Amino acid sequence: MEKTYYPKAWLMVLPVVAIVSFSAIVPLMTVINYSVQDIFGPENRYFVGMEWFREILGDPEIRGAFQRQFLFSFAVLAIEIPLGIAIALCMPRKGPWVSVVLILLALPLLVPWNVVGTIWQMFARPDIGLLGIGINGLGIDYNFTGNSIDAWVTVLAMDVWHWTSLAVLLCYAGLQAIPDAYYQAARIDGASRWAVFRYIELPKMRGVLMIAILLRFMDSFKIFAEPFVLTGGGPGDSTTFLSQYLTTMAVGQFDLGPAAAFSIIYFLVILLVSYVFYQVINNLGKGVS
Amino acid sequence: MTRNQDPRSAAAPDSTLGTAIRARVPNAVLMLYILFLLLPLYWLLKMSLQPNSEIVGAFTLYPATVTFDNYIKIFTDSSWYTGYLNSIYYVGLNTIISLLVALPAAYAFSRYRFMGDKHLFFWLLTNRMAPPAVFLLPFFQLYQSVGLFDTHLAVALAHTLFNVPLAVWILEGFMSGVPKEMDETAYLDGYSWPRFFVKIFLPLISAGVGVTAFFCFMFSWVELLLARTLTSTDAKPIAATMTRTVSASGMDWGLLAAAGVLTLIPGALVIWFVRNHIAKGFALGRV
Repeated sequence: MEKTYYPKAWLMVLPVVAIVSFSAIVPLMTVINYSVQDIFGPENRYFVGMEWFREILGDPEIRGAFQRQFLFSFAVLAIEIPLGIAIALCMPRKGPWVSVVLILLALPLLVPWNVVGTIWQMFARPDIGLLGIGINGLGIDYNFTGNSIDAWVTVLAMDVWHWTSLAVLLCYAGLQAIPDAYYQAARIDGASRWAVFRYIELPKMRGVLMIAILLRFMDSFKIFAEPFVLTGGGPGDSTTFLSQYLTTMAVGQFDLGPAAAFSIIYFLVILLVSYVFYQVINNLGKGVS
Repeated sequence: MTRNQDPRSAAAPDSTLGTAIRARVPNAVLMLYILFLLLPLYWLLKMSLQPNSEIVGAFTLYPATVTFDNYIKIFTDSSWYTGYLNSIYYVGLNTIISLLVALPAAYAFSRYRFMGDKHLFFWLLTNRMAPPAVFLLPFFQLYQSVGLFDTHLAVALAHTLFNVPLAVWILEGFMSGVPKEMDETAYLDGYSWPRFFVKIFLPLISAGVGVTAFFCFMFSWVELLLARTLTSTDAKPIAATMTRTVSASGMDWGLLAAAGVLTLIPGALVIWFVRNHIAKGFALGRV
C-alpha cells in the first residue's frame, strides 16, 4: 500500500513512545550506568570503565552458561520448527474439528510459565509422576533431579510441550492462506506430495516461519521460570540458563556492576542473533519464491 | 503394500487399503501429539482431585477417592484467592493500557510515512526481545522511587514493555489489510478522524483487536519474573503465591495441582472467545 508522508503522525505514536520509554529507556540507562561503576552504597560508587565487561567476558562459568543457552535454543529450534510444520500439515483444513483442535493446541501456551514447571515436575517425578514411573517401568533408569542428562532432556521435552503449538498455529495460519487453485494446479501437473510441500507450501509459509523462528529463539533465549521451578538449574549447573544466572547475580548476590555488564552483553547477543536469523531467512526466501 | 509405502507414488489407485492407511496417518499423528499435550494436564487434574496422602502413597492412573478439598481450601483462604484477583486485575489493566496506546500508533504505522518511522518500529520490536531478567533490578528501583511498588499499576506498566510492541505489530498487520480508500471515502463524507476511527475503522478490524487483546492477556498472565519482583503483598500474583507455598509447607501436591488447574481457566475462557481468529492472530495478522 502506498503510504502518505504525514509528519503529524508522530502525535499518534507519541503515547507508545512515552509508555515504552518509561519502561525501557529509563531502566536501560540505569543498567548502562551501573555497568561502568563499582557500587558499594548509594553514596559510595566509583567509575571503573570497561572493567566489568572484561571480567564477564573472561569468566569461564559465564561462558559455560552461554554455551548451554545456545545449545538449548538451537535444540529447541531444531525440534519445534520441523515438528510444528509436520503437525500443521496433519491438521484438518476445515470442518467442525478445527476449532476444537485449535483450542487444544493453544492450551499449553496459556499456562503461566512457573505452572508449566510445576506441571512437569508432577508429571516427571520418578515417585509420583506418570512419565517418571512409566520410564522407570520400562527398565530405563530415569531421575531428572539427580542425572544431568535426564534433567536436560526433561527441560527440552517441557519446552517442546509448551511451545511447539506456537509453531503449529503459525504454520497452520500460513497454510490456510494458500488458495485452493494452487493445489488444483499441482494435481493437474501430477506433482508428488513432496513437490507440493517443497514448491507450494514451504515458500508460502516463509513469512510465518520467520515469525516462529524469531519468537522461539528470543523466548527460549530468555527462558527462566520453567527450568527454575522444574530443576532449580540443577543438578549442578547443568540446566542453569542465562536468565537464571543473571537473576542470581543481580538479586541474590547483589553484584550490581557485573550483573549490569552481563545484562548488556546478553541483550546485545539476542539482538545480534535475531538480526542474523532475519537476514538469513530473508535471503534464503529470495532464491525460492 | 511395500510398493505403496513410497511417498512419491501419490496416486496409488491400485490399492484402496494403502490409500486408506495413508489418509489416516495425519490424523494419527495429530491425535498422538494432542495426547502428548493433554497427558501432563490430565495428571495435574488427577492430582488436584486427590488428597495429598493418596498422591504420595500409591500410584494410580485415576483418583481412587475424588475429593474437592483442595479447591475448597483455595476458594475459602483469602491468601489464595486474592492472588487470582490480583493477577486478573493487573492483566486486565495491562490489556486496556496496551490497546489504548497501540491503536493510534498502529494506525500511523500502517497509513503514514513520517520521520524515523522504520527505526521507531524496529526499536519497539527490540523491546520484545529484551530479557525481563535484564530489567529486574532497574524496574524495582524505578517503581519504588515513583511510589508504585506493590501496586497493580506497576505490574501492568512493566508488562507494557513486551505487550505494547507486540500489540502494535499485530494491529499494524490487521490494519494494513483494510484498503486505504475506506479512510479517504470517510473523510470525503465529512467524518473527523476520531469519529471515523471509532465508528468505521474499529468495527472493521474488530477481529484484530480481539486477537491483540488475547495476546496481551496471555503474555501478561503467564509472566512471573517481573510480576513477582514488583509486588510484595498487596498485588501479589497467584503464580508467586504458588511458588512461596511450595517452599513453606513442604510439598502439598494436591493443593498445588488445584491452584495450577485454576490458573488454566481464565486463559481457556479467553481463548474460547477468539477461537475463530486465533490462527490468523498467531500469524500476527499477516496472512
